[in-house]
Amino acid sequence: MNNASIILDDPTWVIVAKGVLVFALCVVLTLLSVWGERRIVARMQMRMGPNRVGPFGLIQALADGVKLALKEDIIPAAADRAVFVIAPIISVTTCFMAFAVIPLTGEVNFFGEQTIMQLTDLPVGVLYVLATASIGVYGIVLAGWSSGSTYPLLGGLRSSAQVISYEIAMGLSFVGVFIYAGSMSTGDIIAAQSTWWNVVVLFPSFAIYVISMVGETNRAPFDLAEAEGELVGGFHTEYSSLKFALFFLAEYVNIIAVSALATTLFLGGPSAPPGLGFTSAWLGGWFSFIWFFLKVLAFFFFFVWLRGTLPRLRYDQFMKFGWKVLIPVNIAWILVVATLRLLTQQGASQFVIAGFTGAVVLAVLGAMTIYDRSKIKTEERANQVEPMPEPSFPVPALPTSLALKEKEGN
Amino acid sequence: MSEFHLEPKPSGAIQKAAEQSVPVTGTEPSGFFTQLKGFWVTFSTMFKKPNTIEYPEVKPEVAPRFHGRHQLNRYEDGLEKCIGCELCAWACPADAIYVEGENNTEGNQISPGERHAKVYQINYLRCIFCGLCIEACPTRALTMTNEYEIADDTRQKLIWEKEDLLAPLRAGMLMPPHPMYPESDHHNYYRNEIKESHPSQETKAGGQN
Repeated sequence: MNNASIILDDPTWVIVAKGVLVFALCVVLTLLSVWGERRIVARMQMRMGPNRVGPFGLIQALADGVKLALKEDIIPAAADRAVFVIAPIISVTTCFMAFAVIPLTGEVNFFGEQTIMQLTDLPVGVLYVLATASIGVYGIVLAGWSSGSTYPLLGGLRSSAQVISYEIAMGLSFVGVFIYAGSMSTGDIIAAQSTWWNVVVLFPSFAIYVISMVGETNRAPFDLAEAEGELVGGFHTEYSSLKFALFFLAEYVNIIAVSALATTLFLGGPSAPPGLGFTSAWLGGWFSFIWFFLKVLAFFFFFVWLRGTLPRLRYDQFMKFGWKVLIPVNIAWILVVATLRLLTQQGASQFVIAGFTGAVVLAVLGAMTIYDRSKIKTEERANQVEPMPEPSFPVPALPTSLALKEKEGN
Repeated sequence: MSEFHLEPKPSGAIQKAAEQSVPVTGTEPSGFFTQLKGFWVTFSTMFKKPNTIEYPEVKPEVAPRFHGRHQLNRYEDGLEKCIGCELCAWACPADAIYVEGENNTEGNQISPGERHAKVYQINYLRCIFCGLCIEACPTRALTMTNEYEIADDTRQKLIWEKEDLLAPLRAGMLMPPHPMYPESDHHNYYRNEIKESHPSQETKAGGQN
């Protein structure tokens, strides 16, 4: 019995309750993650972080939210008022929508109703998440455009170019999962990971997904759209008060959403880690939520860790990395996965499969060697110093070190 | 090219350093695992003690010469050192000091010698705590304390008057106006020869030398 059929007989009140719960979870998690991020980054920089409002500063984010809501809401004179108001709403709704297909628990007893904490299980669930993420780009690009100001426009363009580029890498990293699980529904994908999690089986897909999810959410080190030194605040420069709070909320819900998706696709969703399967029956199945939550938290910590460690990339490096590294590597990996899948499905012998795997490994090693050699050659060429032609006019002397080098060269 | 050497001939030491200097190699980043070292740095820092001083609860010791708020000092008998010369106001790059001088008269002897400050204001909205006023002061009337908690909530409160800036009376000091120490003039004060007040200075009328 798969997730879809369990959810199918939910009465209306259960569906409504689940919708409210998912929404509340996202908002509360946002408040906690803003606090958590600030505390963790602070510790990484030998600071304390917010510790004033409430115990350990826990309600700092709530206080900030209240402050934002009470601030003056400014719409610039040059702004396109309708679009300016709609943009943050698009941004925030799409983020929440992505959560609809993500199973938060295994099978649980919800006030007498046997169900799964998952709003719906679409046969194309993961594609639906990609689609909502794509619509979220409209929020960014419309916000940038409707502000009627230069920096937001540039920031909005950058953001949308970035999100669209990394969505390709992200979408391709799903393909491996789809091939392996034979389905696009989140429930089936989790079911397919019952023996081995995808993070082991499809590690390259996982690595590429993790990189592209950082690019997708506009987070450090890929937070080019918010490069303060270049673009002020990026697309939300002109936003204030609640509309800004909505963008803020969208950013954090987005982080949690991509983390939850990574958990679902690669870490077995709410299922217990290997060897701890007996916990799935605890608390009437509700204990599985703790596993899910811990996995999402691990991803969130990874996001914060990245932000605390890596400097921001240059825009061209970032684009080059996305288009020239992530996408080609991903396509090659998909070919390998597809071939292996086909070989096993058609009952090829172990010998053939091992031979194919060996050939792939050899090919990768060979390509890396050739790449290294060519890099060394270009380096050598770059290091060759062209002798300076003797000028026909008087010039000042070279600095001492260079003059010595020239003497050695001649 | 060689006959147009505009640079002085390098000395032996410079030449030697130039020979030994390591040439700058390419900007190629180091290996993949070397780059991961940064992650360990941030991770391990999380478990170190933060450098933060939790200010309102813990007040940090400042350096002995910290530039805090100003103080107008007194001689040992209680007369003010300030002579109302306005040199501090002239030295101030932020135009934060306002002084109005006045003659000392019989019955109103505030400082030794001819003049004292009738009005002395420092505007802490403008003051940049550079200490040029302290350098300018010819009698060391103006010095800076280590007190740094001078924030306030109105502009009015941040203009400090003479009463706010004056040093408190210590033991042996008398509140001016009162006459100068018997058989002394401002030179004796300047040379720090007045060590305490004299009983004859204790007069409400004040002012007789």
